[in-house]
Amino acid sequence: MSTIALDRGVRHGLALAWRGVLKIRKNPEQLVDVTIAPIILLVMFTYLFGGALAGSIDSYLQMLVPGILVMNILQASMTAGVQLNTDVSKGVFDRFRAMPIARSAPLVGAVLADVVRYVVSVVVLLIIATVMGFRVQTGPVELLIAAGLAIVFGLCFCWASVFVGMLLKTPQAVQGIMIVLIMPLTFGSNVFVGTSTMPGWLKAWADISPVSLLSDALRGLLNGGAIAAPLTGSLVWMVAAVAVFFPLAMWAYRRRV
Amino acid sequence: MSLAIRAEGLVKHYGETKALDGVDLEVPEGKVVGVLGPNGAGKTTAVRVLATLLRPDAGHATVGGHDVVKDPRAVRSLIGLTGQYASVDEDLSGTENLVLLARLLDFSRAGARARASELLERFELTDAAGRAAKTYSGGMRRRLDLAASLVGNPSVLYLDEPTTGLDPHARNEVWAVVRKLVADGVTVLLTTQYLEEADQLADTITVFDHGRVVAQGRPDELKRRVGSQTLQVRPTSARDLDVVQRILGDLTGVRPARDDDTGLLTAPVSDPVLLSTLVRKLDEAGITADELALRLPSLDEVFLALTGKQTEGSLA
Repeated sequence: MSTIALDRGVRHGLALAWRGVLKIRKNPEQLVDVTIAPIILLVMFTYLFGGALAGSIDSYLQMLVPGILVMNILQASMTAGVQLNTDVSKGVFDRFRAMPIARSAPLVGAVLADVVRYVVSVVVLLIIATVMGFRVQTGPVELLIAAGLAIVFGLCFCWASVFVGMLLKTPQAVQGIMIVLIMPLTFGSNVFVGTSTMPGWLKAWADISPVSLLSDALRGLLNGGAIAAPLTGSLVWMVAAVAVFFPLAMWAYRRRV
Repeated sequence: MSLAIRAEGLVKHYGETKALDGVDLEVPEGKVVGVLGPNGAGKTTAVRVLATLLRPDAGHATVGGHDVVKDPRAVRSLIGLTGQYASVDEDLSGTENLVLLARLLDFSRAGARARASELLERFELTDAAGRAAKTYSGGMRRRLDLAASLVGNPSVLYLDEPTTGLDPHARNEVWAVVRKLVADGVTVLLTTQYLEEADQLADTITVFDHGRVVAQGRPDELKRRVGSQTLQVRPTSARDLDVVQRILGDLTGVRPARDDDTGLLTAPVSDPVLLSTLVRKLDEAGITADELALRLPSLDEVFLALTGKQTEGSLA
């Protein structure tokens, strides 16, 4: 019984993920915030501040790319909630709910489509970074692990977005809240600059923020260097994010399903 | 006759608002029941409960013998839903929308494609099959909505205000589709604000107001219940209006309403025999009439009498 239910859930989830991917293909502008926007940041910070911040543009790029990657994934992971909320407010969700499909299918579909978005954003960013002069100092295995880690990070934090998306009334409200949540997370970190010159309160946060820790872990993986401590820290954050937001997301989702 | 839908004492409150305040509803298999009422009467709430989208606070309902709360999956495999709230994905094409729904209903890949093109053809959307639904006209959208609700061959179909916002041509198209479905044996629960629509499509009409059923019956029964019939005369020559008005007044004992613009005289009557008497009297006076009719009150008049409110249609 439960394997049949699981099978149905996966099959229906895949069908809805296919829909999500179709929607990305039809509205490539949806990807602007996870492709073009980070590239603008990457170019701007590298060429404007790179020399001043890190001595040379090349060494700044090596430090910035892993951080932008994390920021980007976090941004991409916030789409699931907006998408689900749009479906609810447009009535598409009710159509699905009135069908004999697995209850979890719309959720699974939205999250799986998100993974496609993560992969696209990682690949586009790495290509542009390579064109700008970024080089992986380690090897292809480390690169794959880093990309995989970033994607799992997105999957852990997307539950926050599902939670907010199922709680609020309109997609615009969800988007608004998400930006308010993400801005301090990404800028209050070591993505753009080291934390040593930050005021004490900010440094205290930036040193332990999930974005900083994962950025450091990816820097270690891609550039060589210490991995264990930042990796452990980011894994703790990922587990914590799931532990807190997954139940909240499921609770909010069930209220609507 | 077995019932496709049976609801007893449905109650749903939103804070202070009683969206449903003890609604009973019965829809026999293969029939069309029209739920008629103004905005906020509880029509959509009732449909959402019967479509398993909303749990009632009290009361219970079965569709095809399955309880909507206890066995929603069984209910969902019987129903199709079209309306204000169940929509297609505007970014996807007609084909993609229908293929997606067919896949969700466990059609094979090839089976889903076949079902989609069959429905698109049936609803005359084949030419637009590859275009995004957001480029469709209102009528095409509604036809795609209908097609979407039929992918799984439902035996019970909910149409929640299926023609709201459509022009008369598109509305007639939707009506034709609904008639065809009913001919195929589908049970239809139709909500509408348009009396004409209920009159056209429904076998039985249930009138909702403030979450309660205020009247129920066949369209002609409802009309009759609200009272007398009306006698209408339009003399060929406007010069005869005064004479005809006097004759009609003498016959009915009521002063007839007179519309000088249209040249129409109307008076309520209780005895249909008066029609032939009027014909004789007009004949004796040598007056010809372009229009002479005994009619039941319109559903607008019915609605006004039952709820004390004008309908939106009659205000327009």
